[in-house]
Amino acid sequence: MTLLERLQNSRNALGLLFMLPAAVLLLLFLTYPLGLGTWLGFTDAKIGRAGEWVGLDNFSFLIGDSVTQLALFNTLIYTFVASVIKFALGLWLALLLNRNLPYKSFFRAVVLLPWIVPTALSAIAFWWIYDAQFSVISWVLTRLGLISSYIDFLGEPWHARLSTIAANVWRGVPFVAISLLAGLQTISPSFYEASAIDGATAWQQFRHVTLPLLSPIIAVVMTFSVLFTFTDFQLIYVLTRGGPLNATHLMATLAFQRAIPGGALGEGAALATLMVPFLLAAIMFSYFGLQRQAWQQGSDR
Amino acid sequence: MTKEHFDRRRFLEGTAGVAAGTALSGASVWAPAVHAQSALSFKPEPGAKLRVLRWSRFVQGDIDAYMANVKRFTEKTGVEVRVDNEGWEDVRPKAAVAANTGAGPDIILSTNDDANLYPEKLLDVTDLCDYLGKKYGGWYPAGEAYLKPDGKRWIGVPLGCAGAMMVYRESMIKAAGFDTFPKDTDGFLRMFKALKDKGTPGGMALGNATGDSGWTHWLMWAFGGSIVDANNRVVIDSIETYRALEYARELYPTFVPGTLSWLDPNNNKAFLDGQISVTNNGISIYYAAKNSPDPKLKEIAADMNHATFPVGPVGKPTEYHLFFNQMIMKYTKYPQAAKEFLRFMMEADQFNAWIAGGGGYVSQPLRAYASNPIWTSDPKNTPYRDAFANLRPAGYAGKLGYASAGALADFIVANMVAEAASGSKSPKEAAERAQKRAERYYKV
Repeated sequence: MTLLERLQNSRNALGLLFMLPAAVLLLLFLTYPLGLGTWLGFTDAKIGRAGEWVGLDNFSFLIGDSVTQLALFNTLIYTFVASVIKFALGLWLALLLNRNLPYKSFFRAVVLLPWIVPTALSAIAFWWIYDAQFSVISWVLTRLGLISSYIDFLGEPWHARLSTIAANVWRGVPFVAISLLAGLQTISPSFYEASAIDGATAWQQFRHVTLPLLSPIIAVVMTFSVLFTFTDFQLIYVLTRGGPLNATHLMATLAFQRAIPGGALGEGAALATLMVPFLLAAIMFSYFGLQRQAWQQGSDR
Repeated sequence: MTKEHFDRRRFLEGTAGVAAGTALSGASVWAPAVHAQSALSFKPEPGAKLRVLRWSRFVQGDIDAYMANVKRFTEKTGVEVRVDNEGWEDVRPKAAVAANTGAGPDIILSTNDDANLYPEKLLDVTDLCDYLGKKYGGWYPAGEAYLKPDGKRWIGVPLGCAGAMMVYRESMIKAAGFDTFPKDTDGFLRMFKALKDKGTPGGMALGNATGDSGWTHWLMWAFGGSIVDANNRVVIDSIETYRALEYARELYPTFVPGTLSWLDPNNNKAFLDGQISVTNNGISIYYAAKNSPDPKLKEIAADMNHATFPVGPVGKPTEYHLFFNQMIMKYTKYPQAAKEFLRFMMEADQFNAWIAGGGGYVSQPLRAYASNPIWTSDPKNTPYRDAFANLRPAGYAGKLGYASAGALADFIVANMVAEAASGSKSPKEAAERAQKRAERYYKV
């Protein structure tokens, strides 16, 4: 038997061989950059200039840096508020779409649109919607006589935070809604029939049938949603570049600003690395938290 | 045409014939100093090819004129030149990587303090700059501040700067009681107050706008504040800065609402829509309005005008503009060809055509080019003529390098002015915070 034939007959060798392309891709484009990024965070590298190892210097500076603290605060608010709203709206939308509506597939397709449009494009649309001088919202409200001066959507710190959150929610809801809709469709109608025979109200059905059976999906969907929101970049970069007064700077946008235009690659990398513990915590919380609930409710997992 | 062709031939031969040749061409009108100078030229290496990376044009006329010059250079010398364009903010990281890996374009046209980040990676161009300086009436001080950091050696050739000036509506400031644009900061504030009362407010960007927030540097300097002193000691937390911030506090309420969120395009949009009477900008608003087919915009173009930034209590102009350099990378295989290219592009025939092509977008670094007709053919262009003459690097008055570049990119001054102007922090708090942030870059 030649080597080739032996290879062809060995399940283990073939398995490894077939995994190789994927493994190379993962190592080359995910593990290596991640490792490099983490390593850079411990150096004083500037763009194009290899850095010297500086230990925890970058981190100790960042922890005391008021702009970084503000960015962390902004990121947590942004992620928390946007995720809660996206979940609530997404679930509601999923439940609506799960009914037997006329033109069901049309509506389902339309709902996905905000998710499909490239973020940078929808962000530019929002930039106009929120413009201090040309906002269509302000224009309509002024015409209706409801307000006398244009709303300063992006010029006042809390307005800006809420406006960016609204734009993020608009973009993120379809993902949550469609994923949850898929989950809803896996729930067998017999559960609802059985509970209806037992005299359960609609709310009871939702509380004791839908929610428990949906929670594994919710866990996965919300984990992804939190990750996307926490690491959001494009929306902020187009709308405000982190302004006004750094009130909308997220960790990701600040890391970019420091690393690329500012040239402090090491510091930017450290900022990006600082996001990892928060991301891990978010994953742990939404994943394990919701998983356990599923199990307590008698799911077979 | 034949005459010009003849000139170029003679020029290439690079001897005494040059002086006579240029005297015949239009260049002599603009640069009378030419006659006295002996010519300098570099002999391109055989088979030389050049790659140039430059910031992409802000106005179409710039790149058209630039490429026409490049074509003439290739025709004259046989040296092939490839020009790549990138957004100006993207040139910075690319140039840094090229400098430090030793591979990439032979010549890079970049911005602000880029050359000061890796001076040892750049080809010494002292001979070229000395020659150009002598021939064309001398370099303005800002060129030396950026590219002759030790006062002896040139690490790059200044190209010019994109002037940011006051852009205003003549009819509106007249209605507010000002026949001419105020020349000092007191009059400037009075005008903004009057404009606001008339319902035609002005507005300048206070968001994280990479270009248009530059006026905040002007403001700080106008009152004598600066990020660092000549020894790179951070001194932004000073009485002078407080005064500038107190002024910002009075100025800001006269602005049109929303300027805290303004990025670079906002003031252009608001101005062209007639919503603001005064702002700070490059000549591009005028260029766009003048060349627009829309009659409404043409009307605005006819009514608009430009002025230099008013002078503050320090008594001299303190302007900030986007500076452009030309760097020859040390790793280039064709240093002579690269120097010859830059020499060619900076000579009167080419440079004057380029400045004119850009419609006044770029202001010249050499004094002789101030007589280019573009600055006077339309009197509205004139204020932009002196942009380079009054330019200060953002890292004024210190040494330029990573610290000055980082402090600018992190919007330290822009944020400080925005914080104080909006009242979210007192001038003292805002200056203290800026001091802390700047100290980090200047590593105290």
